[in-house]
Amino acid sequence: MKLMKGNDAVVRGAILAGCRAYYGYPITPASEIAESSAIYFPRVGGTFLQAESEIGAINMCYGAASAGQRVMTASSGPGISLMQEALSYAAGAELPFVLVDIMRAGPGLGNIAPEQADYFQVVKGGGHGSYRMLTLAPASVQEMCDLTFEAFDLADRYRNPVVVLADAFIGQMMEQVEFPEARHELPEKPWAVGPEAERRDNLISSIYLEPDDLEAHIRKLYAKYAVMEREEVRYESYLLDDAEQVLVGYGIVARVLKTVVDDARRKGIKVGLLRPITLWPFPTQAVAALAKQAREFLVVEASMGQMVEDVRLAVSGRVPVRFHGRVGGNVPTVREVLNLLLPHDAGTGANPITGSKAPEEAIHG
Amino acid sequence: MARDTFTKAECLYDRYVRKTKVEPDQVSTHYCPGCGHGNVHKFVAETIDEMGLQDRTIFISPVGCSVFGYYYFHLSNVQAAHGRAPAVATALKRAHPNSIVISYQGDGDLAGIGGNEMLHAANRGEPVTMIFINNAIYGMTGGQMAPTTLLGMKTATTPAGRTARNEGGPIRVVELLSKLDGPVYLERVALTDAKQIYRARAAVRKAIQNQVENRGFSLVEILAPCPTGWKMDPVDARHWIEETMMQVFPLGVTCDRTKEIAPSEAKPVPFVHTDLRALLDIEDESEGFAPNRTHSEGVERGVRLKVAGFGGQGILLLGQGLAECGMGDGYEVSWLPSYGPEMRGGTAHCHVRISERPIGSPLVAESDVLIAMNRPSLERFLPDLVPGGTVLYDSSLIPDGVARSDVRAVAIPATQIANELGSPRTANMVMAGAFARATELFTVDHLKASLPRFVKAKATLAVNETAIDRGAAHMEKLLETVMT
Repeated sequence: MKLMKGNDAVVRGAILAGCRAYYGYPITPASEIAESSAIYFPRVGGTFLQAESEIGAINMCYGAASAGQRVMTASSGPGISLMQEALSYAAGAELPFVLVDIMRAGPGLGNIAPEQADYFQVVKGGGHGSYRMLTLAPASVQEMCDLTFEAFDLADRYRNPVVVLADAFIGQMMEQVEFPEARHELPEKPWAVGPEAERRDNLISSIYLEPDDLEAHIRKLYAKYAVMEREEVRYESYLLDDAEQVLVGYGIVARVLKTVVDDARRKGIKVGLLRPITLWPFPTQAVAALAKQAREFLVVEASMGQMVEDVRLAVSGRVPVRFHGRVGGNVPTVREVLNLLLPHDAGTGANPITGSKAPEEAIHG
Repeated sequence: MARDTFTKAECLYDRYVRKTKVEPDQVSTHYCPGCGHGNVHKFVAETIDEMGLQDRTIFISPVGCSVFGYYYFHLSNVQAAHGRAPAVATALKRAHPNSIVISYQGDGDLAGIGGNEMLHAANRGEPVTMIFINNAIYGMTGGQMAPTTLLGMKTATTPAGRTARNEGGPIRVVELLSKLDGPVYLERVALTDAKQIYRARAAVRKAIQNQVENRGFSLVEILAPCPTGWKMDPVDARHWIEETMMQVFPLGVTCDRTKEIAPSEAKPVPFVHTDLRALLDIEDESEGFAPNRTHSEGVERGVRLKVAGFGGQGILLLGQGLAECGMGDGYEVSWLPSYGPEMRGGTAHCHVRISERPIGSPLVAESDVLIAMNRPSLERFLPDLVPGGTVLYDSSLIPDGVARSDVRAVAIPATQIANELGSPRTANMVMAGAFARATELFTVDHLKASLPRFVKAKATLAVNETAIDRGAAHMEKLLETVMT
């Protein structure tokens, strides 16, 4: 066990998973990933290179993945924006690599404080064309290590980029971590290019000139995505069995919401938490099932409302879905969310936990 | 070199089958009559054949007319995004150092959209071969201006001719790159008459030979005709290169360090997977550090702690040290820093949670204990301290005390004590000692024993231990005073 930053745990998880190439470009609050990689990748015979830009870095990932290497990069909002082109190409060419996004506040340069507003550009795909990326959302330093580790297996299994989407708090905080056993056997990649005769016919490309050919290719990709939706959905349920109000949040917000649930339960309020671990594929069925049991959903994000759209799609209007968001580097607090919980005392209008008279206004997405 | 030039190279496919449905048996190419790509494809292919590199070569097709390179070259093929081939080449070569990586780009791809990737791959001296087709125009997209378009030249996007004032002049790539230390071999050649074509072939050969011998970055710029884009017949196009293009783009070698670098063999690095835990600094340290804390039944122990002060006071390290010690004692812990400009500018703070239960929110919005090492920090975070909470403040820097009567205010002259120890930077450890004694979450001895886990400079361990003792002793004295 080791006390470690989330960003440092990412690097250990990656190397233990057999990743031996890191191409990156520094950006706060993800820079520790590059800095740690600069130390540890060369130590294990791997490659570390600070590229000329995020565009360079992600295209180096494209190259290394073409060569069959386990490879990764990491960045934050503005850098992820620059990488979208290559992510589209990689999804089209079916290249497996891992991208870690330590989200900061936008739009534009915004600031370097934590936010969760990269959801759209990562989960919905900021690049061109029809494609998907498996997206994992760690909520602890342990998960930063574990989900990065697993991301390499998932990327190889599906031949697709996998994103670890974390907010700056999860990247910057320290917690105790236990490390997985190292991968010694890596999957064979007969499709990769390399200096061997049997690879002479291999082609890494996203080009399909004939409309019918391209449609067939895209349909093949979507058949693959359908398997991901069937096999890879992950979420954590916390005290949901009898929950009348369902809180939904991921990353650092889920940690805040857990404390909210504990505090509210002590007052006898039936609240539970659904924490998506895969943001794509989204736990749609789990949300839909809860919509039959719960009176309402409260989605909380460090954004102006992005994941809430997926919750609303899953709830399909069965029950109200409220939203509370904080942005700019502010994170929703336990007290704020407690104030939004129902019921308020019918007589006084006061919140039973915080005593606040009227619920603080929820920002409706 | 004495081969029949009319024979197709082995590493070129027999047939060009781009559109299977439309042209199932096409044997011609997709290039226009008089295009220069055919010559250059041939040079590359023949060199690969001659050197026996077909099984080792990875060919990168760009975006542009040569986007379909992989339909011609029977090699490992990668198609790269527009301009990104040098970045892709960089990683391919590093993944497989014994491969021969040939990146083939046109002028828009290499000098326009991919200018930065080209510049930096050259500057790093990536030991790859870059073939650069300069035909002064965007061919594939239909004759628009390229970075290499000549002044006055009319294109689809410079209908009145390129001007220096509006578009700037043409970029001379091999001259530009020659100013860098990275490249080993840069040469500009032209596809005009037989003599120049022979030279072009030799340059391509040398650029590939350099890679075989692992000498470094080589780039050949080839002035190539684009009769369609230039709206000329193929013969006129070749003359136009000679008479007009070469005035702006003089032929010749702009860099050749080939002979300065001894040939070597590029070898793949073996995959290291033994002793990873030691290499990654993640060996289990909790062994021999068994929890020895005692706690009363039914009372859940833990703390929501905020630590704050000036940057440089070791605020983050103080918080980290307490978390380390808590972890060693078997608690769940979390540590969350302020980071970035705030850290560099002046104040620093961190959130620490030490708990017997799994930690929900690591954010300390309401603190049970505040350690304030300067006045701005005290003013900022005191309102978040819960009633009945404890504030430990550095009374050397905050002489006028704490303006709240519903909290336990503990004055620790941390800076003064640290100065007495001759080590002003240990004020944070004075506070740590006081914290340990005040909260009794863990023993002072345990805190001292955890020091090596977070203090990197081993020479300072002794003075830090003393600082912890002094802080704890001061706290002890205060507690006795309260008792009596």
